[in-house]
Amino acid sequence: MNTYRSLNSIKNAIKAGETTCLNLVEFYIQNIENNKTLNAFAEVFTEEAIKNAKEIDAKIANGNAGKLAGMVIGIKDNICYKNHKSAAASKILEGFESLYSATVVERLLDEDAIIIGRLNCDEFAMGSANENTIYGATKNPLDNTKVTGGSSGGAASAVAANLCLATLGSDTGGSIRQPASFCGTIGFKPTYSRVSRFGLIAFASSFDQIGPITNTVEDAAIILEIIAGEDDFDSTVSTKKTDKYTYLLEDKSTKRIAYFPEFFENEGLDGEIKSTIESQIQTLKNNGHIVERVSFPYLNYLVPTYYVISTAEASSNLARFDGVHYGFRSSNANSPESTYTKTRTEGFGKEVQRRIMLGTFVLSAGYHDAYYTKAQKMRRLIQDKTNKILKDYDFILSPTTPHTAFNLGLEHKDPIVMYLEDIFTVLANLSGNPAISLPLARHSNGMPFGTQLMAKPFHEADLLAFSHNLINSL
Amino acid sequence: MNVSNKYEVVIGLEVHAQLLTKTKAYSSDENIYGATPNTKTSVITLGHPGTLPKANKKVIEYAVKLGVAVGAKIRERNEYARKNYFYADLPKGYQITQDKTPICSGGTIEIKDDNGKMKEIKLTRIHMEEDAGKSIHDLDPFNTLIDLNRAGVPLVEVVSEPDIRSANQAYNYINEVRKLVRYLEICDGNMEEGSLRCDANISVRLKGAKEFGTKVEVKNMNSTRNVKKAIEFEVKRQIALLENGEKIKHETRSFNAANNSTISMRHKEEANDYRYFPEPDLQPVIITQNYIEKVKKALPPLPKELFQKFTKEFDLSDYDANILVDEKGIALYFNSLCNCTKNYKMAANFVMGSVKSYLNETATDIADFTILPERLAQLITLVDSGKVSNTLATSKVFAAMLKSNDSADKIATKNNWIQESDSSALSEFIRQAIVKYPEKVEEYKNGKKGLIGLFMGEVMKLSKGKADPKLCNQMLREILDK
Repeated sequence: MNTYRSLNSIKNAIKAGETTCLNLVEFYIQNIENNKTLNAFAEVFTEEAIKNAKEIDAKIANGNAGKLAGMVIGIKDNICYKNHKSAAASKILEGFESLYSATVVERLLDEDAIIIGRLNCDEFAMGSANENTIYGATKNPLDNTKVTGGSSGGAASAVAANLCLATLGSDTGGSIRQPASFCGTIGFKPTYSRVSRFGLIAFASSFDQIGPITNTVEDAAIILEIIAGEDDFDSTVSTKKTDKYTYLLEDKSTKRIAYFPEFFENEGLDGEIKSTIESQIQTLKNNGHIVERVSFPYLNYLVPTYYVISTAEASSNLARFDGVHYGFRSSNANSPESTYTKTRTEGFGKEVQRRIMLGTFVLSAGYHDAYYTKAQKMRRLIQDKTNKILKDYDFILSPTTPHTAFNLGLEHKDPIVMYLEDIFTVLANLSGNPAISLPLARHSNGMPFGTQLMAKPFHEADLLAFSHNLINSL
Repeated sequence: MNVSNKYEVVIGLEVHAQLLTKTKAYSSDENIYGATPNTKTSVITLGHPGTLPKANKKVIEYAVKLGVAVGAKIRERNEYARKNYFYADLPKGYQITQDKTPICSGGTIEIKDDNGKMKEIKLTRIHMEEDAGKSIHDLDPFNTLIDLNRAGVPLVEVVSEPDIRSANQAYNYINEVRKLVRYLEICDGNMEEGSLRCDANISVRLKGAKEFGTKVEVKNMNSTRNVKKAIEFEVKRQIALLENGEKIKHETRSFNAANNSTISMRHKEEANDYRYFPEPDLQPVIITQNYIEKVKKALPPLPKELFQKFTKEFDLSDYDANILVDEKGIALYFNSLCNCTKNYKMAANFVMGSVKSYLNETATDIADFTILPERLAQLITLVDSGKVSNTLATSKVFAAMLKSNDSADKIATKNNWIQESDSSALSEFIRQAIVKYPEKVEEYKNGKKGLIGLFMGEVMKLSKGKADPKLCNQMLREILDK
């Protein structure tokens, strides 16, 4: 039985001769098989992972293995991997194999991580329950009647159920942090532009960010160290130097932390989550940190602003899936026009269609200014306010989600209710700041929920160090 | 009165120029015309999921060059925008272009109007964008084929104000734009290959009317001449409709070169809503004043400036100057030539005559022309000083210079083409000529001065054409008038 929950414990075990990469891969493959009902994986790269494990074991023996040797990792189905299928859980990418690897994948492989498979998610990362998927819903490993959250549901489920050591997800409005909260793992969204998006199938380009889901903050730091930084193929990536995130974990200085009363007074917030986070605030104070109430007046604008801009971008980003060049093409099409309409009607799921239509609407002549332009202005206000607060404070603390994982099958009733799932997470995407969800508590209903910390742009090192210490101290 | 005289023609042109960058606008794929279809197509050009554009800096440099050359205002903060529409040869489902922040605003192109006077056509804007692929409808009887080599090729779009008032002016305008982009070496200006394309917005209105008429956009004119023909047809068509009491439809029409007409493509009501928004995959590009100055300094001489120089400094006629500036290579050759000789008129005649006809006949590029300006200047000096006659210079010496690297002087001497200007030798020929026709000498002395030609001819015959005609004429007169 594999009980290693961090890369360092694995490395030590390999060094001590207690395990090998091959042992680990074989264990995970067996565990994936045993937990098939979770439906966390879209595809397991069994033979390839075994082959790579053997090669990396040899490298370790030779003393020339990379920094991630021993890490068995899964990637969300919207991250491209050369000569592998990549479908973003959509029928429209049926049969599509990527001709290239995402920058993050190349960087992982260069450091000898073993990619064990691609993970279930919501179609084009649109969803908060991982139920909008051609593979069928992913189940929460802690309670199989509950959702994992989304859209990186498979990624959170796989880490929580020990189907691999870590995973890469993507976070556009909370898609890493919300499932991490629901499944009791760490979910980390770096600053927008910290990690290359090249090879991430776009949902909303100005929000999308790749990040790790892990058991430990240390592993999140190790992964960030490898995947972050400049990339020739993504001109929006920051040229700012990356930090040695792992070296900085020991920082134990006292911090200034803000929390927004508006978030805590939100009527959707579960009372027990509220009181738990409040007691965490008290503990932080007791430990010498300064924690203060700061008003954030834009709570009710967060979700609408996010949905206007993200769907606008999505409507354009998803235009390329037209049945002309690759992926699914409707067999009912009999003209150029019907190739588009039938392919897209049959190829996209309901939620994706809804967002494409919403996005098309907010950009269309006559509505553009009232929706898209206005939302852009709102986004700027939100950004300015957030960073103004973060001039005085190191972090903003909040719950990650208003409640714990809900039952499977609720999704389709009211999309607006589902959109409100993102209420605490979208802020970090609107402003671009780094944010992490930490599994600090468990609800009396038995399910975990996350505490979210948000930091200044590019202050991942501070955020990770504080998180590391917080987990160890609470 | 001709009905067409009742109307005024109003034309605005949109010119797309493909830029001569080595790679495409947003990828490192090669930008080359005529390659095997779909071979210059990386995953970025193909718009595969997860790919991102990367702006080619050369595109910005070229757009700034053009902007500076037309006197436009260059924007400091340039955002890219997405123009969304579905088309089979548009792999991303949108085109990366510029919307509200074009790189250049304003500026002018100077053209000749219908009376040969100079006229400024104002520019609205110049913006950067990427080309779409090509749909090929006539290669396969059943399918449309798509070639994505062209997808992502950088373009600048030059939009004029509706300042153009005739088909002829439009023709002149396109020629000026083409000349300019060729001078700047940012586009080869080849309309047949589609590297320069033009859409025309055409309307007519009663002379003196304040409001513009309903405009019609005409596309697919793949030569400067077709632009002219399309406009001529369209103007006639619109006037005829108005004369019939009908209305002009706001539509897009396509030029049909087979019968020089235009046909309706689509009505504007059916037009796309392009849903422009700022391209989130590209950072805005900041263009500093410093950068603009650097581009300005590196700018080659422009046709307008050379025309000014040739007419003002070299005192050439507008006509000659126009011919000389038409092609950058020729203009620069002539300009260098004029650094080596002061006989500008003769230099112009040589370039427009011997040089151009040689280049045309042998299809040689001026860059490969072996007689460098310094050598040609020697020949001009020879003619100028009377050592070689103009006739011999153009008919013999020039041809010999093409085959040798020797100086004009050496060639003329070796071939015995130097004019006889030794007065003693000339005196002897003159003596012989006078002795030969004593009665003609009498007639001359009696007033038939035209007979000097007879003696000149005789001297030329005796000297085998080498007698310096000026000197010969002078000496003959001295003797006969005694």
